Amino acid sequence: MTQIDNIPKLKSIDDFAAFRDLLFREGVLAPGRKRIRVCCGTGCRANQSLTLVEQLRKEAGKNEIELEIVETGCQGLCQKGPVMKIEPHGYFYQRVKKENVNEILSTTYLANAPVRHLLYKGSFLDKPVEMMEDVPFYKKQMRIALRHNGIVDPTNIYHYIASGGYRATEKIFSSMSPEQVIEEIRKANLRGRGGAGFPAGVKWAHTRRAPGVIKMVIANGDEGDPGAFMDRSIMEGDPHSLLEGMLICAFAIDARYGFIYVRHEYPLAVKNLRIAIEQAEKIGLLGKNIFGTGFDFTVNIREGAGAFICGEATALVASIEGRRGFPHARPPRVSEPGGGPWGYPANLNNVETYACVPPIIEKGADWFLGIGTENSPGTKVFALTGKVKNTGLVEVPMGITLREIIFDIGGGIIGGRKFKAVQTGGPSGGCIPEKYLDLPVDFDSLIKVRSIMGSGGMVVMDEDNCMVDIAKFFLSFTQAESCGKCPPCRIGTYQMLQILEKIASGKGEEGDIERLERLGKLVKRGSLCGLGQSAPNPVLTTIQYFREEYEEHIRDKYCRAKVCNLGVFTIDREECILCGLCKQACAFDAVKETRRSFFIDRDYCTKCKACYNVCPVNAVKIRRLYERLEEELKIPSDQVEIIERRRKMTLKDVLDSRPYEIVTIQRGRTISDAVKLMSEKNVSGLFVVDEHNKLVSIFTERDIVRCVFNNTPTDGTIEHLAVRDIATFDPSTEVSSAISIASRKKIRHLPVVEGDTIIGMITFRDLVSYLLPEICYMAETMY
Amino acid sequence: MKTAEIDIDQQIGEVGRILTEQEKMKGVLIYALHQIQADNGYLPGDVLRRLSQNLNIPLSEIYSVATFYKMFHFKPRGKKVVKVCLGTACYVRGSKKVLTALEAEFNVHNGETTDDRALTLETVGCVGCCGLAPVATINEDVIGEIMGKKKLDVLIKSIREE
Repeated sequence: MTQIDNIPKLKSIDDFAAFRDLLFREGVLAPGRKRIRVCCGTGCRANQSLTLVEQLRKEAGKNEIELEIVETGCQGLCQKGPVMKIEPHGYFYQRVKKENVNEILSTTYLANAPVRHLLYKGSFLDKPVEMMEDVPFYKKQMRIALRHNGIVDPTNIYHYIASGGYRATEKIFSSMSPEQVIEEIRKANLRGRGGAGFPAGVKWAHTRRAPGVIKMVIANGDEGDPGAFMDRSIMEGDPHSLLEGMLICAFAIDARYGFIYVRHEYPLAVKNLRIAIEQAEKIGLLGKNIFGTGFDFTVNIREGAGAFICGEATALVASIEGRRGFPHARPPRVSEPGGGPWGYPANLNNVETYACVPPIIEKGADWFLGIGTENSPGTKVFALTGKVKNTGLVEVPMGITLREIIFDIGGGIIGGRKFKAVQTGGPSGGCIPEKYLDLPVDFDSLIKVRSIMGSGGMVVMDEDNCMVDIAKFFLSFTQAESCGKCPPCRIGTYQMLQILEKIASGKGEEGDIERLERLGKLVKRGSLCGLGQSAPNPVLTTIQYFREEYEEHIRDKYCRAKVCNLGVFTIDREECILCGLCKQACAFDAVKETRRSFFIDRDYCTKCKACYNVCPVNAVKIRRLYERLEEELKIPSDQVEIIERRRKMTLKDVLDSRPYEIVTIQRGRTISDAVKLMSEKNVSGLFVVDEHNKLVSIFTERDIVRCVFNNTPTDGTIEHLAVRDIATFDPSTEVSSAISIASRKKIRHLPVVEGDTIIGMITFRDLVSYLLPEICYMAETMY
Repeated sequence: MKTAEIDIDQQIGEVGRILTEQEKMKGVLIYALHQIQADNGYLPGDVLRRLSQNLNIPLSEIYSVATFYKMFHFKPRGKKVVKVCLGTACYVRGSKKVLTALEAEFNVHNGETTDDRALTLETVGCVGCCGLAPVATINEDVIGEIMGKKKLDVLIKSIREE
């Protein structure tokens, strides 16, 4: 068999065709053989798929089964990893462990039966699915960009050739002119898969027309969007399709130098790309004089160093040159002289775009146009993540609805919770609410709902996700990743983030939402590059579709998803099992214990959610401020407001609520004078003042009782009677604290004094009658 | 690595033929910084000074580039670098809890190194394992689906072991 470490150099197109026939004759990847394709993408590697491969090889050798193990790239269903496809039976196994190896070999290869417990099951009660094609996750998919992912070994160029790779290269070199190639791509209306959706054919033609002899081809693999990993999967799992796409582009625009810009976070992608480039150079598909046609094309890898902005075309070019990744104003575009690396015009496309090129050339533009929608033909790879049951990489025809992707392919929301929103396009995109679930997914319809296709991240959120928090998350990402060159982006995103943090921490004010909207529009209009121009999108779309959540945060200080540290914490006594974990968890001693129950002291509570998280029976509830009054006492919310307002009222408000008179008496007057005055004015207490009208004491009905009991002569002065320390109250004292002080001191008259000035007298009865309406109301509704 | 050992022509590739010497030197700068960091764990000042002489690039310009990219560090880092993914998918599945738990367990803040230089705790935008969210990486190894106490203990244990 042809060995991979001894790759022949092919000198002409005929040699290549003959070589492919040789591979077929030798049966490379031929159907019908005993073969296991084990996913060795980053996701499955994290679940120990490499030890699984080792074990499989060892055991197969021991049992003398002639079995080919193919270490493929990402097969998509990362969540159920490690996954594998069994041939020739076609069984699909998921969550395979090292211990299952012997079972697979004996049951499947000796008895030809599937290992039942490794088959895919939608849920515990569902029937297991035997074949890969029948798994709902794969059923609706259509693979063009990922056509070889999960089928070939990315480190083996023979696999790629044997499964139809480099046929397009053969076609262009033997029968097509560069103009024809561009025309084909233009006709197929292949739109850039990196986000903007600019037609690739137009870009190619533009680059070809650019003056100058030296041109370049750049693949953008700086996939910085959190929640997106389609480029990584292609570079890891099928690097040759990227190389072939770049080669076709180079041929079409007459470029000699190619660059692949890869994130440093993707070490496996870099490794596999290096191997692929080396093998392609050995066989003569890259380098000098490709297939004897006189065409030269070399590809180099450039690694990023952790800067999101380098995904922007002009910043990427700066980074290739070894400079800071600052974008610059366009024109010149990258495809124009002065725009590309070192000033040479270059064609820059996303990795996925290049991967779509070979099938279009091979099968023709009409075939491609038959897939997808009118303005967005073809397929798109999405990284379906978040709160769906089946997370992973899916490739679907354009025009499929969001509902199909999330509920049919993704299997719906985890735990049967309620769908809230789906975020597309990463930090530049927007959140799409439930009402647009039946929206067909293509470039234009997503823009209509103010989101974007972006690179294809699709993060599903359920009712446990707070939209303010999500907006804050995306903005803090773009704010941190802003390169700092232009002020609208540098300062604008920072200010927006400050407002969002204010809202999320319960300090939001009326007008904050409008401020955010205004700032967002400003940042969009004023920023230099795509990062700033799209950074406010997540905030603006969440405000548009989930404005009530923002208002709730600002007005009610409440977060319905219970993500932000807001709301009132209470313990439901009926649900509480008195385990005391909440008391242990609280760092601020806010959880108090009584003999039969626990309760949370709102004065001490910092809303850290420690008790909420620790409670084993979910008895700690987070409520809206007045929710309890509304739900349990059935007090309408407008009445709750009145009660709350009155609770916060001060003694001044009580005095102002009715007409009153300040009745004073000089301290030298007699008791009978005082009694006479009280009777005349119909009051129960007097202010006793000195010569300067300064308050000395008070004289109340209780003093009269004492006089009668002690037989005090009524012509004596009141001075010695009334000499005692009296409690005075400031007019700003709250009614509630005045009541508690008065009842503790057992006093019935509350002199209200501001400094030396007497403001008025409030009796305990005044307070009661002031609060009476609420008490009556509550009593009425309770019984 | 000796900074003089960088094979500039090999690193820059075929495109070097059309570039000036200065452009070539600049073109390998980011690669050289990666190499220095791989050898030392961080970018020591004296090595950068030597690099500046070898590549004939002003030191200020080297610092300008090195400080721009998040991946370069100027302080020694821990033996184990633990990165908690705060990408969208991990975030909505609760990776912040993982971060808080690790901060409490090892008594370091995000971005800091423990005093004994055993551990550096960091966050990362996305490691592309969104299917396994929430994930964390210990050096190069990915640990996924860190949900619940049990899985968190496994993570902490594997960070502690040598």
